[in-house]
Amino acid sequence: MPLYSCPVRSLQTVARNIFVLSLHAPGLAPAVRPGQFVNIRVNDALEPLLRRPFSVHRTTHDAIEILFNIVGKGTALLAEKREGDVLDLLGPLGVPFTLDDDRFDTALLVAGGLGVAPMPLTTVELLHRGKAVRTLVGARDAASLVTRHLHDVVCATDDGSSGFHGNVVALLEREAGQLAGKRVKIFACGPHAMLKATALAAERLGIPCEVSMEGPMGCGIGICQGCPVELRDASHRYALMCKDGPTFDAQAIRW
Amino acid sequence: MHKRSGGDVVQSAFSIGSAEFKNRVLVASGTFGYGDECTDAVDIAQLGGVVTKSLSMKPRDGNPPPRIVETTGGMLNSIGLANIGVHRFIAEKMPFLRTVDVTLIVNIAASTVDEYCAVLDLLEGEEGIDGYEINISCPNVKEGGLNFGTNCQMTSEITRRLRARTKRPLFIKLTPNVTHIADFARAAADEGADAVSVMNTLIGMAINARTRRPILSTVTGGLSGPAVKPVALAKVYEASRAVKIPVIGIGGITNGVDAIEFLLAGATAVQVGTANFLDPAAGVRVAREMASFCEEQKVSDMSTLVAALDARTGVSVLDSWL
Repeated sequence: MPLYSCPVRSLQTVARNIFVLSLHAPGLAPAVRPGQFVNIRVNDALEPLLRRPFSVHRTTHDAIEILFNIVGKGTALLAEKREGDVLDLLGPLGVPFTLDDDRFDTALLVAGGLGVAPMPLTTVELLHRGKAVRTLVGARDAASLVTRHLHDVVCATDDGSSGFHGNVVALLEREAGQLAGKRVKIFACGPHAMLKATALAAERLGIPCEVSMEGPMGCGIGICQGCPVELRDASHRYALMCKDGPTFDAQAIRW
Repeated sequence: MHKRSGGDVVQSAFSIGSAEFKNRVLVASGTFGYGDECTDAVDIAQLGGVVTKSLSMKPRDGNPPPRIVETTGGMLNSIGLANIGVHRFIAEKMPFLRTVDVTLIVNIAASTVDEYCAVLDLLEGEEGIDGYEINISCPNVKEGGLNFGTNCQMTSEITRRLRARTKRPLFIKLTPNVTHIADFARAAADEGADAVSVMNTLIGMAINARTRRPILSTVTGGLSGPAVKPVALAKVYEASRAVKIPVIGIGGITNGVDAIEFLLAGATAVQVGTANFLDPAAGVRVAREMASFCEEQKVSDMSTLVAALDARTGVSVLDSWL
């Protein structure tokens, strides 16, 4: 988990209130695996105090991208960054998605809102491994949809302004029927309630499912013990989202 | 020891009882795991010492989420002493820790006096432990912890019972959540403690106005970070004037000058806590910055700064404020 000083290359708006920040990170970029995150200090001051964790959206040989929306003071500061500003990153952190798994040949990526963040990097790796990829993206409305660098995308919007009218879990239930006969594994990322519904749907459909969770973290490296995730296994009541996750087998979680 | 540009060194080493510390910066309990987690981000041999996460007799799951929330200039935590238990610590962590050239202080938490004794007895059999810090000040568990730390008689009893069982240096970690911390420092010193660690977190609370709910699962938690530094300086100042044993200053230190301020207030050494969450190498950086400050100020021996506060008041603060 080395520290990196990363100059900002660009900040672009990719949907309403949703941004992609590109950072020059030649030492870091090749080491990032799909589903891992970086913990970013958004300024040099002590306010806000803590780093902010972000999934890695995409990588090139010498750069990484993160996807974010403005939800608080940390992301508001990030949205003001300009080319050449330098950010302090800790990473890559966390356990990546399990992609080297021969028990599936078709990956169903399920993203709710900003849960689309880790999916482009995940897609590249899956396709490289010869897996079929289908992607379901849900958002509030058409203006909030992010579908860049994804493969075989079907969209859902809560207000019906684009694609399927309903949430992405309802779309998953519909789409799963079309994948009968294929060996499918779901990789899901999004808000807790959406992941819970996805996990329950996957269990009902008999499809293995991995989730990437989000939540507040203190340090991102397992020392503050501030991000417990409750497990089904009573002998290990909590895992840490930052160190044992953020990716988990959906069945391991006590939803 | 830190090389000075002229080839001299700033004398920063010190000792408490049998424990020798390379410099005056330790990492605080609960902010650095068991000492083996951060080794790829920081060379822990460059620290004055490592204080482990609190260990109890049995493993503890800790409190339900949410356990942390950021506040202005700080954070609240309610971890609930989540730890692997003393047996696993000895089996899984000590073999590595013995190989590292760093002064190791093991922190102990318990819910009864007997449990403190039993945990210490187990650790007494382990080589490579340089001292103990006794947590009688955790605000986030129902039994033990703060109940001991806010009761002077219990503070005395725990110190007395543990003192009788070990020759290793014994630090008592005090809570600021009392009216007069000097009384507690005196209670520990009178029963033979080698040092007091001042301070643990301040009880605090965060509320979500829209949901009308507390943010932490335990409603209140412990406040740490730069926001508490002025409180910690005042507590160190009060405690250090009440006892002759060393005071270890803790609370909101993020840089070398912060640490020097604690020395001036009366601390012999400091612990860096929450800053480790921002930067796992914060402790090593603070130690380096303390040495640079001393060079700049032509201080060749850091011990001369301890309790060297010039108590004359009325000096203008405009320059640093503007």
